[in-house]
Amino acid sequence: MKKFWKNANVRLKMGIIITAIFFIIGFVVYFIPHQDPFLYNTYPPKLGMSAEHWLGTTGMGQDIVWQLVEAIHNSLTMGLIVAFIGTTVGVFVGLLAGFAGGALDRVLTVITDTFVVIPSLPILILMTSLMRNSNSTVVLMALVLAMFAWAWPSRQIRSMALTIKERDFIHTAKFSGEGTLQIVATEILPFALTWSLSNFMNAVLSAIGQESSLAVLGLSPANLLSLGNMIQWARGRNAIFTQQWLWIGTPIVATVILFIGLFLLITGYNDYLSMKRGR
Amino acid sequence: MKFRQFLLSRVLAWAITIFIGVTFIFFIPRMFPSDPVENMIGRMVNLSGNMDPAQMDALRTTLRRQFGLEGSLLSQYGSFLWKGLLHFDFGPSLMSYPTPVNEIIGRNLPYTMGLSIISTLVAWLFGNTIGLLAGFRKNARSSKILEGIAICIYPIPYFIIALIFQIVFAFVLGWFPIQTNILTNQGFGVWFSTLIQGSVLPFLAMFLVGMGWQIISMKSLASTTAEEDFVLFARYRGLSEKTIGLSYVFRNSILTQITALAMSLGGAFSGSIMTEIIFTYPGVGQLINGAILQSDYNMILGCITISIVAVSTATLIVDLVYPFIDPRIRYA
Repeated sequence: MKKFWKNANVRLKMGIIITAIFFIIGFVVYFIPHQDPFLYNTYPPKLGMSAEHWLGTTGMGQDIVWQLVEAIHNSLTMGLIVAFIGTTVGVFVGLLAGFAGGALDRVLTVITDTFVVIPSLPILILMTSLMRNSNSTVVLMALVLAMFAWAWPSRQIRSMALTIKERDFIHTAKFSGEGTLQIVATEILPFALTWSLSNFMNAVLSAIGQESSLAVLGLSPANLLSLGNMIQWARGRNAIFTQQWLWIGTPIVATVILFIGLFLLITGYNDYLSMKRGR
Repeated sequence: MKFRQFLLSRVLAWAITIFIGVTFIFFIPRMFPSDPVENMIGRMVNLSGNMDPAQMDALRTTLRRQFGLEGSLLSQYGSFLWKGLLHFDFGPSLMSYPTPVNEIIGRNLPYTMGLSIISTLVAWLFGNTIGLLAGFRKNARSSKILEGIAICIYPIPYFIIALIFQIVFAFVLGWFPIQTNILTNQGFGVWFSTLIQGSVLPFLAMFLVGMGWQIISMKSLASTTAEEDFVLFARYRGLSEKTIGLSYVFRNSILTQITALAMSLGGAFSGSIMTEIIFTYPGVGQLINGAILQSDYNMILGCITISIVAVSTATLIVDLVYPFIDPRIRYA
């Protein structure tokens, strides 16, 4: 661990620190007992900063700090679910295509490539606008977003599988009598997982971004306190025109910092990997 | 790869993308338990109080016909492909009945295409120039600062940048109008000046995000190309830095960036949809927003089909320009 930290580049370190802070807020601070920030009129509305309400209250009398904590918790949870599904399916499809070859590979590649280039936002808009009337949940939202999260990792993993397949140690394993499944599980998967880690973080980032885009359209579940919905609710209740900067500014600043942190983590990790490979 | 083979593969990929996309658009609403027709009738009953059953049945039949929900699934699919994809006929819009959906989209699409294509191209040009300079002198302080700025801008979703711009430049500083209001019925001069006035902030927001990625990827491409042996050899030959930069590093790195341009068009189109909603810019995004609020499914389906066709076609065009720049594909 110490050695890892010594070898890590500045971006990776900054990314780890920022992301860790958000995870602590979302999964540790979140469990400190507090008033439900979803309820209206818990406190007097439109308060400024004070010792009791660090970032004031909303126009609806909700505490902004706790709203932010819950929003970070929900957005991260959703991002993690999407990333988990997307990466698992992506690795599976990618390995399958890369190792099967032939007709199966060609069909899977065409489907994957289509999912990579197809504009996802319009289709997500269509799906979520149909779900709007039913009671949709975080998990359902995550499932919808995951539909487009598997294609990019699958493409990456397939090309990785194609290069690894021809390496010497795979031939060695084959000649020593290991079956294809065992080779994939013991020799290839470790490679695939280090590669997928950056895809995983990328999927977290893009899922949170997509959810907040859908929130601006009013298509994120109305009972989901997420970063996107927090921005949208403040915008919808005219926080800009009534100049309640803490209300609208808090989720914007938090989202921006979270995204920069995740992106630093991704690029830093990629640089770290390529440095380890000796390039 | 032969040129004809390249052409064929790209056109085929284009057709498959549109086909799968449109198939999605057709089957997704039919997989969901919620029925748009019943939803609409429910809304109407809510608004108008009682309705007698015979009237409601008549309404149901009319709406089913207008949504293309009559007949077997296969024949519905066939007529959706035929009417929607080949004639862009999505029936009448329900929010501005009886104007056809395609007429309204036809009015708004040029604004979206204009905003996304112009901002992407300008961002691509600026981003690649800056990225090339930064990658070529990768240890200079200025290029590190530039890359740092790009890294801080790129991951942020379009609409957040748009929202920040709206708050800072339109609301607090008051330099630009908060909402775009393009006047179309007072002659070309007024239209043009309101268009420019209302487009500055949406354009800047999209330009900034689009440029971030181009700087990052061009910088890493240029800095790896600058370490290749042939660049080293060019230095030994005593070529000027300018010649090395332009004819060696730039020409080799730009090829990948042209493919990146094709990829970024789709993102820019989605970004444009979001930016339009923030600024009430009269494009397709604004239409989608209104259609969602009023449950105008014909309009939603039309906008989404057109979006997929527009993005895929723009990508195809960029792809087809590629062989004119890369001689390896042209002459192979």
